[in-house]
Amino acid sequence: MPRMTVNERPLEFAMNPETPLLWALRDAANLTGTKYGCGTGDCGACMVLIDGEALRSCLITIAEAEGRFITTIEGLSRDRSHPVQQALVAQQAIQCGFCTPGIAIAAAALIQRNSDPSKEQIEAAVPNLCRCGVYPRLVAAIQQAGRVSRRQERISAAPAPGISGEDAARTVPAMVAPDVGTGPED
Amino acid sequence: MEFNAPAGQNLFDRAKIVGKSTPRIDGPLKVTGTAPYAAERHGVAANQAYGWIVGSAIAKGRIRSMDLDAARRAPGVIAIVAATEHEPVGTSDYNYAPLFGGNEVSHYHQAIAVVVAETFEQARSAAGLIGTEYDRVDGSFDLASSKDGAPLASEGGSDFAKLGKFEEAFAAAPVKVDETYTTPDESHAMMEPFATIAAWDGPDLTLWTSNQMIHWGKQAMASILGMPEENVRVDSPFIGGGFGGKLFVRADAVMAALGAKAANRPVKIAMQRPLMFNNGTHRHATIQRLRIGAERDGRITAIAHQNWSGNITQKEGENGTLQTPKLYAGANRLIENRIAQLDLPEGNAMRAPGEAAGHLALEVAMDELAEKLAMDPVELRILNDASGTVPGDPDTKISDRHLVRCLREGAERFGWSKRNAVPGQQRDGRWLTGMGVAAGYRAGPTTKSAARVRMSADGHVTVETDMTDIGTGSYTIIAQTAAETMGLPLESVTVKLGDSSFPVSSGSGGQWGAASSTAGVYAACVNLRRMIGEKLNFDADAANFADGRATLDNQSWRIADAGELTADGEMNYGDFKDGYDVGTYAGHFAEVRVDAYTGETHVTRMLAVCDAGRILNPLSARSQVIGGMVMAAGATLMEDLHVDKRFGFFVNHDLAGYEVPVHADIPHQECIFLDTLDPVISPMKAKGVGELGICGPGAAVANAIYNAIGVRVREYPVTLDKYLDRLPPAA
Repeated sequence: MPRMTVNERPLEFAMNPETPLLWALRDAANLTGTKYGCGTGDCGACMVLIDGEALRSCLITIAEAEGRFITTIEGLSRDRSHPVQQALVAQQAIQCGFCTPGIAIAAAALIQRNSDPSKEQIEAAVPNLCRCGVYPRLVAAIQQAGRVSRRQERISAAPAPGISGEDAARTVPAMVAPDVGTGPED
Repeated sequence: MEFNAPAGQNLFDRAKIVGKSTPRIDGPLKVTGTAPYAAERHGVAANQAYGWIVGSAIAKGRIRSMDLDAARRAPGVIAIVAATEHEPVGTSDYNYAPLFGGNEVSHYHQAIAVVVAETFEQARSAAGLIGTEYDRVDGSFDLASSKDGAPLASEGGSDFAKLGKFEEAFAAAPVKVDETYTTPDESHAMMEPFATIAAWDGPDLTLWTSNQMIHWGKQAMASILGMPEENVRVDSPFIGGGFGGKLFVRADAVMAALGAKAANRPVKIAMQRPLMFNNGTHRHATIQRLRIGAERDGRITAIAHQNWSGNITQKEGENGTLQTPKLYAGANRLIENRIAQLDLPEGNAMRAPGEAAGHLALEVAMDELAEKLAMDPVELRILNDASGTVPGDPDTKISDRHLVRCLREGAERFGWSKRNAVPGQQRDGRWLTGMGVAAGYRAGPTTKSAARVRMSADGHVTVETDMTDIGTGSYTIIAQTAAETMGLPLESVTVKLGDSSFPVSSGSGGQWGAASSTAGVYAACVNLRRMIGEKLNFDADAANFADGRATLDNQSWRIADAGELTADGEMNYGDFKDGYDVGTYAGHFAEVRVDAYTGETHVTRMLAVCDAGRILNPLSARSQVIGGMVMAAGATLMEDLHVDKRFGFFVNHDLAGYEVPVHADIPHQECIFLDTLDPVISPMKAKGVGELGICGPGAAVANAIYNAIGVRVREYPVTLDKYLDRLPPAA
């Protein structure tokens, strides 16, 4: 039974080790911010941080994630105020929102490495598909997030909604369907 | 509320909250992964099982047999609903291809079974054990060879229209263009797959799904499953993109409902991406012939647009002619829209159906005409601008049109004067550069829409309507509308959308959602104001509502003192609108550079100047327009569903093979809104923009490529293989 750290909580998945990490996170850990878009690594909607690197969770089994440190969109910051999250709201680089968590993860990994990325570096580091077409706004948002992370600018565009990073991975029902009413929604 | 005459001054003209750039209120939910999309609503029904849809491996024919034994014995399998064991489901007004059709197969990847299992992997694995035998029959899969003899889509309206004497006028015209353009099949490729959780409670079916048109979905499911409408509930608060692909219920909803019935458990299906392109709908390919004749001064005397597309039931093709009667003057005209029968998957609406493909032909033909006339293409369009009545329908008045301003202002802002009119002449190092222009027209329709507003004892207002937000910003403009009308700050309004238990709205489609749904909310709010006035004894229509208070004749009331109230309202539109054409207009500009050695094209700048009446929220409207420009660039440069003409399916049915624009494809984009108001559309005088952004920019890009390289490609997409051997000498 693969064990790993998810959003700073130790987890053991009582699942087939060949299960893609995406499905373990979404369906067993109820961390549904990570999205299924294609299942074959083309779109990037399922990106999570694995030991700090933005990787596609649809292409990684939980066996391969054994012992690693996973951060999902729910755990990106304790109170959902990561500079990237705030800048995406501030720059309106969000439309339908389905690609947004994966993009936030890819951008957060980039900012961690390079807090002052150029347009070209952003284009290379954020290959995620967005069919609504937020691309140019994304460059502005990620550069703004970089400035915030360098403490050259302050924004407070995204008040923290709902659950905290601690709550996000508190219960890991592992293939036991959650009780009605305990999901993150409604 | 009835809208029976063009709007005069009304309380909406105060525009304290509408018309102001307002960050989307659903933004924080979306950046934190807490907006609930269909496939993750684990909390709504306990004990959800997983469904996996099996698609037909042939395009046309009959299922001879299905061997289900091994799959039924596979670990975790709870139920299998298979075509050989189930009657075909019913049809609806909204579906052409059968969503689950028994043994008859009418298109590739038509759903032929659903496997329900304890886990996703078990369902998928068991589905692979089903052995299906088919009797395949030949079908018609090629538009070009099916178009001859294709009938008119209908005898009148937008499908066939004649004015004056086109043939004579065209023959006599001193300058003329006669060219044929083709556009390929395209896929919506929205990021969220079709997804549904279905649960039965006795005779009642609930679908937590991803759907643009809640009421249509409810009606369609009742009709398809042969059950009363009142037993169906559809809920879709967040939608990961639709672009027309989710206007109608799809196989995920039908198969989840059937699977849930068979398994006696809630069933969740997120359709696997490779099934979506052939199982769902697509934008149909077109062949379009344009003939335009003009005097030597550029005045158009004759214009004909003929369009061919195909569909599975020979209905609802891609009518590329739609903008042509509207855009340019000319006394002698011909419109023909023909539709062939094809056995490909169902073609249906994709963002600006008709016009998106139509501009790719008409607006390139105009560029070709300008070159023959040795005239600036901006000036040619301005010279032939229409005013007063619709050129192709002189009995219909134009409501409000500022296309010339769009083109003039766009040319000025874009630096159009720097364009070299001689193609293939402009070099910047290794790049050949060019600029292109196109006009844009997209209809601005409205449809009746209802809402309910509830005021709590503390004066907070909650709006409920079955309107959807498909990324467009509906949540925010509806909140702005309610806040404006009630004189409340934005934070005092909560918006609930997408539930069929709410009043029936316009839904999201056809660029009508913003204008229509806000009008319905306005109607409900006006009724709530009147209820407050009755309760507190003042004339609400005469009072000024601001800051949570109503004021009239030196008297003032706190509206919350009226107590808890609920008001319904609906906006209905009178026949007077039939006498008008309500359109949205744009001037689109693009600049490209083409590698002089490799032929690789990069778009470097795009600009749209838009005339769409009052812009309710400039921030989200801008997002809509530039998002449309991205999709338009995709249509011109890369998007192309490849048809296997032997076996009848789209070959590149995943996101690796179906290319859409990525980050590196999209450059600097700008969008300007003219400050206009259209009193004919609704009391808000606001028109939609979500589809205007895809009508024209693609042609501007194509014209810019021509300007850069001097090679005209009339088969979309304009990929380098089509012009590489004809690039200007590089050295």
